[in-house]
Amino acid sequence: MTVYLFTLLIGIGSLLAGFLGSLTGLGGGVVIVPMLVLGFGVDIRYAVGASLVSVIATSSAAASSFVREGYSNIRIGMFLEIATTLGAVLGAIIAAKMPSSAISIVFGTVLLHASYSSFRTRHIHEGGDRPDPLAQRLRLDGTYPGASGLMSYHVQRVPLGFALMFGAGTLSGLLGIGSGAVKVLAMDRVMRIPFKVSTTTSNFMIGVTAAASAGVYLNRGYLDPGLTMPVMLGVLIGALFGSRLLIRSRSNTLRVVFSAVTLILAVEMIYHGLSGRL
Amino acid sequence: MARLRDPLTDRGMEKMISNLLRGGVLLSAVVVIMGGAIFMLRHGAEHPDYGVYRGEPAELRTVGGIVANILSFHSKGVIELGVLLLLGTPVARVALSVVGFLRERDYEYVVVTLIVLTILLFTISGGIG
Repeated sequence: MTVYLFTLLIGIGSLLAGFLGSLTGLGGGVVIVPMLVLGFGVDIRYAVGASLVSVIATSSAAASSFVREGYSNIRIGMFLEIATTLGAVLGAIIAAKMPSSAISIVFGTVLLHASYSSFRTRHIHEGGDRPDPLAQRLRLDGTYPGASGLMSYHVQRVPLGFALMFGAGTLSGLLGIGSGAVKVLAMDRVMRIPFKVSTTTSNFMIGVTAAASAGVYLNRGYLDPGLTMPVMLGVLIGALFGSRLLIRSRSNTLRVVFSAVTLILAVEMIYHGLSGRL
Repeated sequence: MARLRDPLTDRGMEKMISNLLRGGVLLSAVVVIMGGAIFMLRHGAEHPDYGVYRGEPAELRTVGGIVANILSFHSKGVIELGVLLLLGTPVARVALSVVGFLRERDYEYVVVTLIVLTILLFTISGGIG
């Protein structure tokens, strides 16, 4: 395969990944890494590096429109970014010391859990009923444009959410994913932030989180220009389409798409890690 | 979209952040496309091998090295410059938020944002090898 064809195929795959990643609020990384590793036989370290860059592109491009439309909560994002960036640095440090096959298995396990949690959750929390003292102290409560005008919500269980965000950051740095899945689950289910606010604020935070670990990856030589180029551009174009659709589509549809894709990729990645073809 | 004023968020700041993110991504994409075009012309017919991790050469690992590489018109250096611009976009976003919170005299969130900014600058400058 020539560099032309390789670049073209990866570009097209990345476009689809970016579309799906943006639509589900996960970032493109969840699909990109398995695609590069399973589909193109790329070493997982290069895959993770390229993915991190694409994740920053997706997040920044999509967040640009979400912020404008008033879904994202900047205060929640900024506060939780302390946890995610610290976690991201830890994850990037761990990544250097872990064998590729182990990273692959961890990747699959994370996807498996994300998929399972999504299937299980039918009830969508539309914000807590009672104000939480710590959330109020940090002024995290907010409003978003809902079906019947501006809806307000009260953020719950801040310390647990913060701890989960540290974990999300670690996974992001280790696996080259935005960890949108863990971020959305932490915000949606633990902190009781409405689903659309969770996905968009997660998107908003992902870029900063990925930049923290991408810095470490850059300095370690995990960012290859020839691979990063088609991945970043493909994901970017896909994400622009996806971000337009999210505002209109329903939360339930998102969950089903999210669950199905992550389940398939989870099984593939775990098998790949166990069979040791890395 | 018309929207009521939300006392908990600053619409002006949100708009600035939105423009910054869009601008940063666009700029980096343009640079990556340029670098990519040169890369395709020079290396398009070669056969890629990413199956074995070797790590990028030392000059593509640091900010200074990438700048030196661009100055000698290497396609890979140009792509990496685009990547650096992209990495810089969230950093600039966080820096802008510091200014935004300062204007609102929200000193707690100035501190929160400065912590995030410090972590970012530390890792990108190679503080953690």
